[in-house]
Amino acid sequence: MATQNIKHALFCAFITLLISFPILGLNLESAGTTLELTGADSATIVAILVAAIVVFLFQTFRDSILTAAGKMPKLNRWSDRQPMPQEKRLKLENLFMTLIMISALIWPFIVSRGSVDLSTLVLIYVMLALGLNVVVGLAGLLDLGYVAFYAVGAYTFALLSQYLGVSFWIALPAGALLAALFGLALGFPVLRLRGDYLAIVTLGFGEIIRILLNNWTSLTGGPNGIGGIPDPTLFGMEFGRRIKEEGNISFHDFFGIPYDSTHKIIFLYLIALVLAFISFLAIRRLMSMPVGRSWEALREDEIAARSLGLSRTGVKLSAFTIGAFFAGFAGTVFASKQGFISPESFVFLESAIVLAIVVLGGMGSQVGVILAAIAVTILPELAREFSEYRMLIFGAAMVLMMVWRPQGLMPMRRVHINLQKQE
Amino acid sequence: MQDLLYFVQQLINGLTIGSAYALIAIGYTMVYGIIGMINFAHGEVYMIGAYTALIAITGLAAFGIAWLPLVLLVALVCAVIVSSAMGWAVERVAYRPVRGRHRLIPLISAIGMSIFLQNYVHLAQGSRNMGFPLLIEGGFRFGAADSFQTSISYMQITIFITTLVCMTALSLFISRSRTGRACRAVSQDLGMSNLLGIDTNKIIAATFVIGAALAAVAGLLLGMYYGSIDPLFGFIAGLKAFTAAVLGGIGSIPGAMLGGIILGISESMTSGYLSGEYKDVVSFGLLILILLFKPTGLLGKPEVEKI
Repeated sequence: MATQNIKHALFCAFITLLISFPILGLNLESAGTTLELTGADSATIVAILVAAIVVFLFQTFRDSILTAAGKMPKLNRWSDRQPMPQEKRLKLENLFMTLIMISALIWPFIVSRGSVDLSTLVLIYVMLALGLNVVVGLAGLLDLGYVAFYAVGAYTFALLSQYLGVSFWIALPAGALLAALFGLALGFPVLRLRGDYLAIVTLGFGEIIRILLNNWTSLTGGPNGIGGIPDPTLFGMEFGRRIKEEGNISFHDFFGIPYDSTHKIIFLYLIALVLAFISFLAIRRLMSMPVGRSWEALREDEIAARSLGLSRTGVKLSAFTIGAFFAGFAGTVFASKQGFISPESFVFLESAIVLAIVVLGGMGSQVGVILAAIAVTILPELAREFSEYRMLIFGAAMVLMMVWRPQGLMPMRRVHINLQKQE
Repeated sequence: MQDLLYFVQQLINGLTIGSAYALIAIGYTMVYGIIGMINFAHGEVYMIGAYTALIAITGLAAFGIAWLPLVLLVALVCAVIVSSAMGWAVERVAYRPVRGRHRLIPLISAIGMSIFLQNYVHLAQGSRNMGFPLLIEGGFRFGAADSFQTSISYMQITIFITTLVCMTALSLFISRSRTGRACRAVSQDLGMSNLLGIDTNKIIAATFVIGAALAAVAGLLLGMYYGSIDPLFGFIAGLKAFTAAVLGGIGSIPGAMLGGIILGISESMTSGYLSGEYKDVVSFGLLILILLFKPTGLLGKPEVEKI
């Protein structure tokens, strides 16, 4: 047994060296027209060797380490505690959400301009994640092209304002509805497909939309994008220093306060907050409605759900369309926050980030997804020096979550009814 | 005559790209055939193969070794070894622990692995694209000298021949060798072959290693053919190869070959007659259409849904 272990451990250590040394230890550098090979610094080489030794030691003493780990006192003291009674949990959750909501309302008035801007981005991701949560978490349809609907929302606003001069408040429902229409149009043919095929088709769809936006230069400006997207107005009040449109009046003149550029940012933040909150409430409502129950039923067992009379296409299509609708919302807000959009903002990686948020938060769980959206957007900003490792850590986190905790950080708990004891 | 020559040129380009796609598609199709999951990180394994080959070529050039067959052979061997190790490690770390769980879980794990590997190479080698030296130069030309000439470069011939050799070797391996027989058995019924004494874990690992090795060969060939590589170039190629695998019928090895060639030709026809920018749209559109109308592909077996 021991020699076999050592053999296996040597093999694993060797593989570790093989996959890390050529890529990490030898760096290609272009010198003029030719390439040059330089060795990495000694720290990297030492790190590679240490990694190989760690793998070797772990594999050699694997059995004893795993036994020892099994005997260790539990880190999480509450791990085998009974779940909270439902009423108590719901109350706690509501209290928690109210607290979050109140602090989110006070937030923009006490922090700096940059933080408010970042928080708006967080709220956009919250909207996206809540929408994708319907598709992936509740209905169990893996959508890898979700960013396409986000792009549709953003481009709808940009194009409408550029060609027709439409304002934010008209573009918002228009963008969301058009995104939903796209969801419907895509969903109709592809929802017959099995899970993993569906994932690939949606991925292809996302890429097609991006390539079209990139190449349809006469309409979308191609890779140069569209700029000059107007800011939202508050009942005809503009937030700029000067008034852009006839008949409008500026916010600071109306209230007789000095002009401040943070007004606009705070206003955008509040819009995003209200929209995110509306999305949260709407989806929470939907979850307890028959349509929400049928999403989950279909996710759990398609054959059983169909034999009980659920229409597969109808149920899946509703999830797909509603998910796309919220992505359209988020896209419109994003366009007006940035003031400029280009196809570069809508690459596959965005879809993967939103998916990672849903997975990390716990598929189906709204509170978990919101917390994950905050964490995933804020953490890279806090650790700026590690920001280039962000995607690396993302990828690793997705794999590790699937291996250790596929249900996510805050798994969804289904609402149920306790049977009363018969007297 | 001119038009014909132009058409033949597109056909040749398509066959070249298509046969390289077929090499990558083998990895998808074999893994899908055995454990029924899409190995999303396969495109990254191919990209790592191309990088390793480039590193080996640059390293040899630094030592002043320029004898072409030796350089190609060393690059090929290095790429195959490193990619195979990568394929093995990926299976061990990201797929084996989640095997047999709900369908979405291995898929998400695979997407995570793909993002991880992309950024791993990106951090280690930088995001700029690297020029890949064209080691095999020259070719044949047909047609009058003053008008359009159809050309077949030696590089294209190399790609074609290498693919043929790899495919023949793979077919022989699958049909004749003991491991190949075990592979077929496992893809028919994993549980039963386990009962009959086949070490299924080993066979699954072997499938990943074979797929990765073929992807590395494709990485070297296509890297040289395109003339430059970057950390993202595995992603689109992986999607294309997956499309090829689905087109030919996922799970079927001749299907992957056929699908690759059809995809390659339709792509080069699009860029030859329409516009190069829309070739990706055509291949994804093709994928969507195939999945809608014939989800089993051209040579695939229909799958019966069991309750």
